[in-house]
Amino acid sequence: MTEKALDVRDLVVRYSSRAVVDGVSFSLDPGDSFGIVGESGSGKSTVLRAIAGLATDRSGTIDVAGKRLGAKRDLAFCRLVQMVFQDPFGSLHPKQTVDRALAEPIAIHGLGDGERRIQEALDAVGLGRGFRFRYPHQLSGGQRQRVAIARALILEPKILLLDEPTSALDVSIQAEVLNLLKRLAAERGMTMLLVSHNLAVVAHMCERVAVMQSGVFVEEAPSSRFRSLKAEHPYTQTLLDASGGFRRGLAAGLVG
Amino acid sequence: MRAATSQSWRDWLLSEAPQSRAQARAGQAYRRWRGFTENWLGVVGLVIVLTLIGMAIFAPWIAPYDPLAQNLSQRLQPVSWQHWCGTDSLGRDIFSRIVYGSRVTLLIVGLVVVTVGPLGLILGCVAGYYGGAVDRILMRVTDIVLAFPKLILALAFVAALGPGLENAIIAIAITSWPPYARVARTETMVIRNSDYIAAAKLQGASSLRIIMLHVVPLCVPSVIVRSTLDMAGVILTAAGLGFLGLGAQPPTPEWGAMIAAGREQIFDQWWVATFPGLAICIVALGFNLLGDGVRDALDAR
Repeated sequence: MTEKALDVRDLVVRYSSRAVVDGVSFSLDPGDSFGIVGESGSGKSTVLRAIAGLATDRSGTIDVAGKRLGAKRDLAFCRLVQMVFQDPFGSLHPKQTVDRALAEPIAIHGLGDGERRIQEALDAVGLGRGFRFRYPHQLSGGQRQRVAIARALILEPKILLLDEPTSALDVSIQAEVLNLLKRLAAERGMTMLLVSHNLAVVAHMCERVAVMQSGVFVEEAPSSRFRSLKAEHPYTQTLLDASGGFRRGLAAGLVG
Repeated sequence: MRAATSQSWRDWLLSEAPQSRAQARAGQAYRRWRGFTENWLGVVGLVIVLTLIGMAIFAPWIAPYDPLAQNLSQRLQPVSWQHWCGTDSLGRDIFSRIVYGSRVTLLIVGLVVVTVGPLGLILGCVAGYYGGAVDRILMRVTDIVLAFPKLILALAFVAALGPGLENAIIAIAITSWPPYARVARTETMVIRNSDYIAAAKLQGASSLRIIMLHVVPLCVPSVIVRSTLDMAGVILTAAGLGFLGLGAQPPTPEWGAMIAAGREQIFDQWWVATFPGLAICIVALGFNLLGDGVRDALDAR
């Protein structure tokens, strides 16, 4: 049996004593792509933040590449796991150029050859030379998210955590960024954990999908099943219907 | 031809796609400068402050007389072409003393800002970033210092340490750091929860690195604004200590002490106290205007 890339068991995360994530378990083999879908407040982003070490009040176990995670994350973890945040307007330091943002992880980890790495990362996300010395306010939302992706890739992680990477972007840009992420994950053999409120996005990006509601997984299945618009749990069916567009009866059902 | 060159310089500075680190930085500075010059009051403040600095540097060439030279046959001379601001009770030329006094004023302001700004900034950022017990301890100390009126606490320090310029500077510095710490702390508490700090943590950045390279640069503008606006207060406190005889000691030409010396003659020889008072007023106003201008220029994101 091969070592799991990521193994989460009975994860419970609390924000001021309220359990936002209430007993979630899943595991990913290397190269897997796994999606978590759910509405706002279902706790899906918190799962990612717990893995990344940003939500500290947690119980349960998280194993990354066979190594159990404690409260603190070390440098080796950072080289293994990177995250792309939801809001590209908030995830880039407003006073740092693209160049500074990309040079930072290289400096922290004492990696040599910074010039080449920065150039490669920018090329990988499809940003030309002209973008390197810009400040975030000189970039569009899609360009910023590409910078954030480049920053995550520069440490050449094996696991990529994606927290709604496209929900703050224009619809026209979303597909571009999603395909970019999918291509990069495939090229580099990265394990991908994607969180989104959009079932169509998750089904497009991932092989397996879990549906989350009120801190627990209500259904977990291969994404092919969702593509054929079939679900076992009624909540998943509602989500499926919702991704098909607005219908008056559906809206009434959600309210009731 | 010249117009064309200046046009291309401007394009280079305002380029949306800088080609190097230096160009990105120069462009950012140029945009700030343009923002600053849009506010003419701020420019007036800058001119006043630059004049003060120029006066301090070139004092020996500007001042027509030796500021310490006493001439009892010329005592209490009114304003004239010989003595632009008259003379004091020891026959010293008041204009020369004001010019040399700018050195003392600048020394006080400079030293206070250099010590107080970084101290308050670091304390505030550390308190705001770590939160919890660190925050509580640092902020209670800040509150205690903040609870005393500045001049009174400075008086107590000078009384304990003995009068003199250095002690006045130390006393002012000790009493004026808390507001900086508070400003920096408030900003840090907003910054520390942002995604770019989370991203830095996830890249393995240490707390020290995050505070110094990510948090502090974002707090610097408000501390600069605060210190520019504070300089007027520092000047007034220094002049107040000088007036009470606890700051610079005679015969050093210090504006506050000069006003004190002119107190006796204020009705008969008005110029002795008036001109140093005007100097304090104008310089304090200059720093205030400059501070407002800098705040407006830095706040516009």
